[in-house]
Amino acid sequence: MLQGHFDIQLIAIVTAVACALPGVFLVLRRMTLMSDAISHAILPGIVLAFFLTESLSSPLLILAAAGTGVLTVLFVELLQRTKLVKEDAAIGLTFPALFSIGVILISRFAGNVHLDMDAVLLGELAYAPLNRLKAFGYDLGPVSLYVMGTILVINVVFILLFYKELKLATFDASLAAALGFAPTLIHYGLMALVSVTTVGAFDAVGSILVVALIAGPPATAYLMTDKLSRMLILSAIIGSVNAVSGYWLASIFDVSIAGAIATTMLLIFGLVFLTVPNRGLIAIARRRTRQKWEFAQTMLVIHLFNHEGLPEAEAESAVAHLHEHLSWNPDFTTQVVKYALNNRYVSRKETQLTLTEHGRAIAQQALVQ
Amino acid sequence: MQPSEPKAIEVTDLTVAYQDKPVLWDIDLDVPPGVLLSIVGPNGAGKTTLIKAILGLVRPAAGNVLIYDKPYDAQRRIVGYVPQRGSVDWDFPTNVLDVVMMGRYGALGWVRRPGKKEHELAMQALEKVGMEAYTTRQISQLSGGQQQRVFLARALVQDATVYLMDEPFQGVDATTERAIVTLLQEFRANGKTVVVVHHDLQTVTDYFDWVMLLNIRRIASGPVDETFTPDNLRETYGGRIAFMK
Amino acid sequence: MENLSVLTHLDYTLMIVAIGAALLGTVSGALGTYAVLRRQSLLGDAISHAALPGIAIAFLLTGSKTPLILVLGAAIAGWLGTLLILSIVRLTRIKYDSALAIVLSTFFGFGLVLHTLIQRTGNANQAGLDTFLFGQAATILERDVLTIGLLGGVALIIMLVFWKELKLLVFDEGFAASIGFPTRALDILLTSLLVIAIVLGLQAVGAVLMSAMLVAPAVAARQWTNRLRLMVFLAACFGAFAGVIGTIISSTASRIPTGPTIVLCATVVVGISIAFAPNRGLVWERIRHQRNRRSLKTATDRLLK
Repeated sequence: MLQGHFDIQLIAIVTAVACALPGVFLVLRRMTLMSDAISHAILPGIVLAFFLTESLSSPLLILAAAGTGVLTVLFVELLQRTKLVKEDAAIGLTFPALFSIGVILISRFAGNVHLDMDAVLLGELAYAPLNRLKAFGYDLGPVSLYVMGTILVINVVFILLFYKELKLATFDASLAAALGFAPTLIHYGLMALVSVTTVGAFDAVGSILVVALIAGPPATAYLMTDKLSRMLILSAIIGSVNAVSGYWLASIFDVSIAGAIATTMLLIFGLVFLTVPNRGLIAIARRRTRQKWEFAQTMLVIHLFNHEGLPEAEAESAVAHLHEHLSWNPDFTTQVVKYALNNRYVSRKETQLTLTEHGRAIAQQALVQ
Repeated sequence: MQPSEPKAIEVTDLTVAYQDKPVLWDIDLDVPPGVLLSIVGPNGAGKTTLIKAILGLVRPAAGNVLIYDKPYDAQRRIVGYVPQRGSVDWDFPTNVLDVVMMGRYGALGWVRRPGKKEHELAMQALEKVGMEAYTTRQISQLSGGQQQRVFLARALVQDATVYLMDEPFQGVDATTERAIVTLLQEFRANGKTVVVVHHDLQTVTDYFDWVMLLNIRRIASGPVDETFTPDNLRETYGGRIAFMK
Repeated sequence: MENLSVLTHLDYTLMIVAIGAALLGTVSGALGTYAVLRRQSLLGDAISHAALPGIAIAFLLTGSKTPLILVLGAAIAGWLGTLLILSIVRLTRIKYDSALAIVLSTFFGFGLVLHTLIQRTGNANQAGLDTFLFGQAATILERDVLTIGLLGGVALIIMLVFWKELKLLVFDEGFAASIGFPTRALDILLTSLLVIAIVLGLQAVGAVLMSAMLVAPAVAARQWTNRLRLMVFLAACFGAFAGVIGTIISSTASRIPTGPTIVLCATVVVGISIAFAPNRGLVWERIRHQRNRRSLKTATDRLLK
């Protein structure tokens, strides 16, 4: 049983990392939904290959799936090119149609074969270690670990080899084309990679939750860093943490592992979304309150600056009427004036506010930027 | 309070910020009735934002906007708006007449549908912009200039006193440009006030009688001959202005 | 004699199912039009997946399988999902597509967790989940038709009442706001109508394929007309048509699931429309293109002579 625990977690981690790496590029290229489309649309490819090989872990299956995945992308792009259908609608049309064909094929012709709809859609990680690779009488470990491990290696090698090209094609496709980097080729390479990864991950988490593994960790990492290389590493780490915590959540509550992994993904994303420095909700709210007062003081000095020395200056800088000019709440105005006086941006002579040298400099600086 | 001349649009101390970034700083602008005013300034100067703030489409951080001495909400019926042509999807399934009739939706209010009267008003407006032959044309089959004229016709049926137009001259053909200019002059003749976001400095003096130079803050505003000076332009555009005489 | 009564009984069931599927197709076709025009085709996919935890929680809280209660749970969860997507996009640098993918998959995963919990209490079976995933038009009963007709009817009536306002919102939101329509409220209204269409449609085609029921009829309808009125009407007809034909096909042979069949019917309608619809269709385009080339050629030939 201990071995089982270990095997499942290892498979989960390898799958999560294998999904997260190409996912980074999908998130950055705003093509995440293509992974949703691919994960559904490759079903008929898998089914047909399964009829031929009668095995769920045959390499042919993965190749067929990758082919169908690339075909899906091609088809979506062809539909778009007719200019009759927009991109989102093209995706929304293509994958349900292909998926439907797959479902009908399965229920029509594979009723007694071991190709279960639920397994394809939902996956069942708990059974993954049962199918083991044996050679010369030795147990070499679960088959799916080898499959996902190979896919992970392919993904890592592809990204390492074409890192520069991927980066360029992601951030500036036209420049990449001008430099002769064939962004289309990179694009389809990436899509083939996503297809292969998706079909590999089927076994573990199924086609809907694979989207959580592809989109979740990179999007979370995107909140934490600006650097592509760091985003790749962070995504891999988040994916792994997510896989392990999801697994334990599932064993404690005795629920679906794939479902639990997706749930912890939501929790991790939510946590980062709230707390990450600079981009988190809390940081944004804090900055907003701080900046509200700073911004208000800047508005005040600019207001005074703009009317300085003009005939209307007296009316515009009267403390009692400031809130009317700026349409602020009177209490808020009093507070802002107090802060500005404390900071020596302005000085007060009876009812009139005048800018100090410092205040004038602040106004000028704000206007120039 | 001293008695003052009536103002079609009065913007006072208007500051607008998107998130934490200010896009307009303490703008003052008085537009007297019956003038054609162009707002010019470099990209990112906040021209569109100013129009949207006047229309109440963005909420200001400070300041006030009055249309004939009342806030925009009370004066909606007398304000017409021509958004940027690129702001809508022209593949939307509708035809020219239908789009023009949308200009009456505000006057119609909730739920009531356009009828015969709206139809007639729309036809008149289309004639004015020379588009009467295109009433049933699907809007995606129009040229850029024709689309612009449809938007103008839509504003015409609003039958407003104050018009705000966002880049109506952007990428239009000569026919359309002439049609817009004729329309603007007709507006002026009828005492209407028009504010136009404009990008072509060469035509400012020909088409408009007032100008506002804007770059985050107001550099200057007033009659063209007083305001449209090389000094002010240099201040607005920095050193990047070579083609002015 | 006995045979005959079985047959009429079967016909009656099939009729109820067909009416249900037709109603669902009508509602999702009509309201899907707006989703397609607003380029929110895939929002339907997210809402339909996000509905699962709502259904599970509604069941856990009430212990009831009444369609209305489950639909309510689904609608609330679908709404929350949409709200989360919009907040993520508004507050962070994460783009719409990623936000959609995250909400879709993680909400669904959470629903799956709840489902396994329910399963353990012995209150439900795998069939419940299968129904959610793939729909089961064949099990539509009279009371379901009533629920669908009532809720769908209300949604369609609201759409018709606010026709002018919704049209303007979708075409030119800024202009709508400038003439005084509360665009935020209208946006919420339109999204709510979409949520209703989706949670109703779940029963017929299931979560996985629901997006196709919103998108396909609308895309097909767009090819035949340039008027919104006709587009909504045609989309509703195509939706109903696909629903009925799909249901009938899947009921005639064994082991043909309803949802996928309905979706394939709708896809065929799209294919025909894209190819043959007058004006926009690809075939006409090709013919026009060739005619133009030929006339151009004769013209140049004449010129060169």
